Amino acid sequence: MSAPATSLPPARLSGLFPFLKRYPLVVIAGLILGLIVLAAVFAPFMFTRDPTSMSPLQRLRPASEAYWLGTDHLGRDVWSRLVYGARVSVIVGLAVAGLSVIIGLVIGLISGYVRWLDAVVMRIMDGLMAIPGILLAIALVSVSGASLTTVIIAIMVPEIPRVVRLVRSVVLTVREEPYVEAAVSIGTRLPLILTRHILPNCIPPLIVQATYVCASAMLTEAILSFLGAGTPPTIPSWGNMVAEGRLLFQIAPWNLLWPGVALAVTILSVNILGDGLRDRLDPKLAKRM
Amino acid sequence: MIRLVLTRVLSAIPVMGVVALIVFFMLRLSGDPAAILAGDTASSEQVERIRVSLGLTKPLYEQFFGWIMQLLRFDLGTSLFTGLPVTSLIAQRIEPTAMLALSTIVFSVLVAVPMGVLAAWKANSWIDRLVMVICVLGFSVPVFVMGYFLIFNFAITLRWFPVQGYTSPFVDFGRFVSQITLPTLTLSFIYVALIARITRASVIEVLGEDYIRTARAKGQVEIKVLFRHALKNAAVPIVTVIGLGVALLIGGVVVTESVYNIPGLGRLVVDAITRRDYPIIQGLILFFALIYIVLNLIIDIIYTIVDPRIRY
Repeated sequence: MSAPATSLPPARLSGLFPFLKRYPLVVIAGLILGLIVLAAVFAPFMFTRDPTSMSPLQRLRPASEAYWLGTDHLGRDVWSRLVYGARVSVIVGLAVAGLSVIIGLVIGLISGYVRWLDAVVMRIMDGLMAIPGILLAIALVSVSGASLTTVIIAIMVPEIPRVVRLVRSVVLTVREEPYVEAAVSIGTRLPLILTRHILPNCIPPLIVQATYVCASAMLTEAILSFLGAGTPPTIPSWGNMVAEGRLLFQIAPWNLLWPGVALAVTILSVNILGDGLRDRLDPKLAKRM
Repeated sequence: MIRLVLTRVLSAIPVMGVVALIVFFMLRLSGDPAAILAGDTASSEQVERIRVSLGLTKPLYEQFFGWIMQLLRFDLGTSLFTGLPVTSLIAQRIEPTAMLALSTIVFSVLVAVPMGVLAAWKANSWIDRLVMVICVLGFSVPVFVMGYFLIFNFAITLRWFPVQGYTSPFVDFGRFVSQITLPTLTLSFIYVALIARITRASVIEVLGEDYIRTARAKGQVEIKVLFRHALKNAAVPIVTVIGLGVALLIGGVVVTESVYNIPGLGRLVVDAITRRDYPIIQGLILFFALIYIVLNLIIDIIYTIVDPRIRY
């Protein structure tokens, strides 16, 4: 089988410059994400004031030198809330991506390899996938009370089945490979087979999947907060800002515009980064998309 | 054939059972459900009343089987806030949601499928790039951001459409169309992205097949090659995604109804969240999951009938 060499990216691109030339969008997306993460980490030094301090006399002011992006209905600085709000999105995105990949990987590996468990686990996953993710998250938050931890868990649960299915599909193809059979025949123990021979095959598609989970988690957090079932209103988050800004958006549209733009740009960047990673790490999937 | 259909139907039952199990234990896993439902300010008598009204004083297995028997009689319990049966609340609110979902699916398919075919036909051209950009945007722009963007431009600035509201098509069709347009566009964005992307990918794959070359060689018009020969053979993954995308659509409906103030099932969920009316949330989860499962089951069965290549 000879694949046309030109359709595959070169195995290694040395230096930043050729990389930039080949994947300009991916580099820009990465830079934007880097800036957002930096801003979130160093929020107090980003010319911000206390994002929760209210000054009723300065309500609904448009952008000015004192308030770069204006103020909201309680006189809070929109720029400061936007920068601090990035923290929530970054934390939720990374935590959900990391946790759901790890949990999904473990479940998927075991379920893909241990036949008798497979049927049970996959039925549970089918059931979880039949429930629309946002509704499941809403229900989880509404029974356990709103906090950042609950939100992360609630968003993570509907994401796990997708990871499990991905890992399982890799395991099912890899387990028939001769090197796995060889390992089994010389009496290698199951944990070693899973970690040494099967796990490495799962990593590239999982990295790609993790970026999509991250984007979808940020989106879901914003939606939950918007609906009033997410991050507690005392914590500035982009979803909360949109939820509060919508009430007066005809008078002060910037309260809705900036968190909306921030959300769209961040999620767009994560998705572009994911597509770039997919093209490099998972050419088979890239061809199907 | 009948056996195949029957197997598919039977395989959907355990999935529904698992959904019921998840919904049942979700409330119990969180500690004392009665205390959570009653809220932080409730007195101990109120908590006790909720506990009795939900049957939480009985042993767990008895609760579960009692609840399943209830479900089999299409009884989803009663709302804690209004005291009305959840099924009748759903029946009252289903029309706007069904209309919104229907118009979104029709619009999205009509737009996304030709878009995907075009992108596949002109793969790697600027048209293809444009379609892909629209797709990535569709996956990235939150539904409510899209909603307010459209409201701001087309309802407030240009005044082409009303800002919000809903009128039944059976009452005033013209009003219905003008009010449903923006919500449909809002909700369609992500759905169009999903369908266009998969259409593009599966048509590209099919266009490399021998029968396409044969069709072209015998002088078939290109548009017929694309829509009759290519699209038909690429249809299975596209229809699958349309079915699976319904989960996405349901999430979007909740937000869109909230943005446009449409009194449908999505609003019912949002109101239930603020009132901590758990039976409604629980009932709606079961209801939406049932719709999702049945819809995908129907799609599955249609495949087995229409496409002779698929045999389970």
